[in-house]
Amino acid sequence: MSHLSPFQTFLLLSILKVVVVLVITLTAVAYTVLLERKVLGRIQNRWGPSRTGPFGLLQPLADGIKLFLKEDLLPIAAERPLFIIAPIIALSCALISIAVVPFGGMQTVKGVEMFNIADLNIGLLVILGITSIGVYGIALSGWSSNNKFALLGSLRATSQMISYELALGLSLVGVVLRAQSLSLRDIVNSQGAHGLLSWNFFGGFQFVGFFIYIMAAYAETNRAPFDLPEAESELVAGYHTEYSSMKFAMFFMAEYANMITVSCVASLLFFGGASSPLGHLLPADFGGPILSAIFPILWFVGKVLGFLLLFIWVRGTLPRFRYDQLMSFGWKFLLPLAMVNIIITSLVIALRS
Amino acid sequence: MQLALFLIFGGLAVAGALNLLFQRHPINSALSLVVVMMSLAVLYWSLGAEFLAASQVIVYSGAIMVFFVFVIMLLNAGEEERTTGSRAAYLVGFPGAAAIFCLLSFVFLSERKALGYTNIGGYLNHVTSNISEISTLLFTKLLLPFEVTSILILVAILGAVVLARKEQ
Repeated sequence: MSHLSPFQTFLLLSILKVVVVLVITLTAVAYTVLLERKVLGRIQNRWGPSRTGPFGLLQPLADGIKLFLKEDLLPIAAERPLFIIAPIIALSCALISIAVVPFGGMQTVKGVEMFNIADLNIGLLVILGITSIGVYGIALSGWSSNNKFALLGSLRATSQMISYELALGLSLVGVVLRAQSLSLRDIVNSQGAHGLLSWNFFGGFQFVGFFIYIMAAYAETNRAPFDLPEAESELVAGYHTEYSSMKFAMFFMAEYANMITVSCVASLLFFGGASSPLGHLLPADFGGPILSAIFPILWFVGKVLGFLLLFIWVRGTLPRFRYDQLMSFGWKFLLPLAMVNIIITSLVIALRS
Repeated sequence: MQLALFLIFGGLAVAGALNLLFQRHPINSALSLVVVMMSLAVLYWSLGAEFLAASQVIVYSGAIMVFFVFVIMLLNAGEEERTTGSRAAYLVGFPGAAAIFCLLSFVFLSERKALGYTNIGGYLNHVTSNISEISTLLFTKLLLPFEVTSILILVAILGAVVLARKEQ
């Protein structure tokens, strides 16, 4: 690679990173669906998918083939271009936000950081912005399918996401105040000093912010107990009622990709991201250069997996909220609480400095 | 690279703005406005105003335009009828628009020195972070306008609550 200019190495390595992360994310999406079905099955005292392959491990592949081969129906009265664009917006917004997540330690090859597609100085705002654009996918899908249930579902989803975006954004301010930066890499580094004890959740006393974040995130991803947009007892399937085949699969994948993003952000902001909970108990070069590059990734994946299991556990445990309860919970409880959290955190930081 | 970004997204912004005018369905116009705002955000970013770009996306494209789309969806606004346009628009509108364009370009070109320059690019990664600069400016030099604007927004919210509340 010596004859390549720095820009060419940067370009090639970036394309490589994008492809690898995309493939891993999509595989993770497929297997999160399987994990959810298995764990929900066990919670409800049944087996879940177990016939396709060993332990049902080939089930995502079978699902994918089924969805590809299904007939792609397009309602006559649908707004054609918007009906097609809506799932693309939803899925691409869900996948783009992975790009700013640092999923490993700081490892550079020829001046290009390996375990992070783009380290932006406003990484957190980029994630929030992309999430807010993702609302369009859902809003347009409901409107363009020209179906009452879909329209009601998408109206519910849109208003819910806009309302909870406030609490979500405000719950992160405490973390930003502590790290004094919006770059995700800096936020992770600010928690790396003493392992578990310096994570924002434990050492930073941001657990109030964390609980606000996790509740708002469940509402943002339209997951139980806030899955009113697709409440099947009221709305058939909500905004994707009219969608079939790959278009439906794109919404489905977007939901799970959003879950993964939200779990990544939760572990980055509150649980130290790729840093080890043991801190400096182990020497920094423990296990040689290759293993010490892999350990942070394992910690990160473990944390994300924990959050995904929490998502599934909550879905298997809690009943669905009523719509007015959802709104008053978001506006009258989470939002004021997030503001109190900001005030107290900034007071403590101001008094300490 | 930066020039390419400018050409692509500047062109996209102009195309989106034209599409906004030519589309007949309000929802398509609203979506073209979203495209304009997103391309403007990219332009801000390439000029080194990354915080402005992010807030442009979050506030304008993510919140305000969603409400526009929401209202259009709820009202179920149909397609507009084409009219030939009023005579006043032809007599005043086109010369007025041309005059504003000429005035602005004259001001920008003649006051180049006073307005100052900024380098395109070089800001996209960790080179500068203007968030702390913006906040210092907001809370020291521009404190009064900042607070007055917040009170203005608060008054608007209260007005909306009063208007929306049902009569007892």
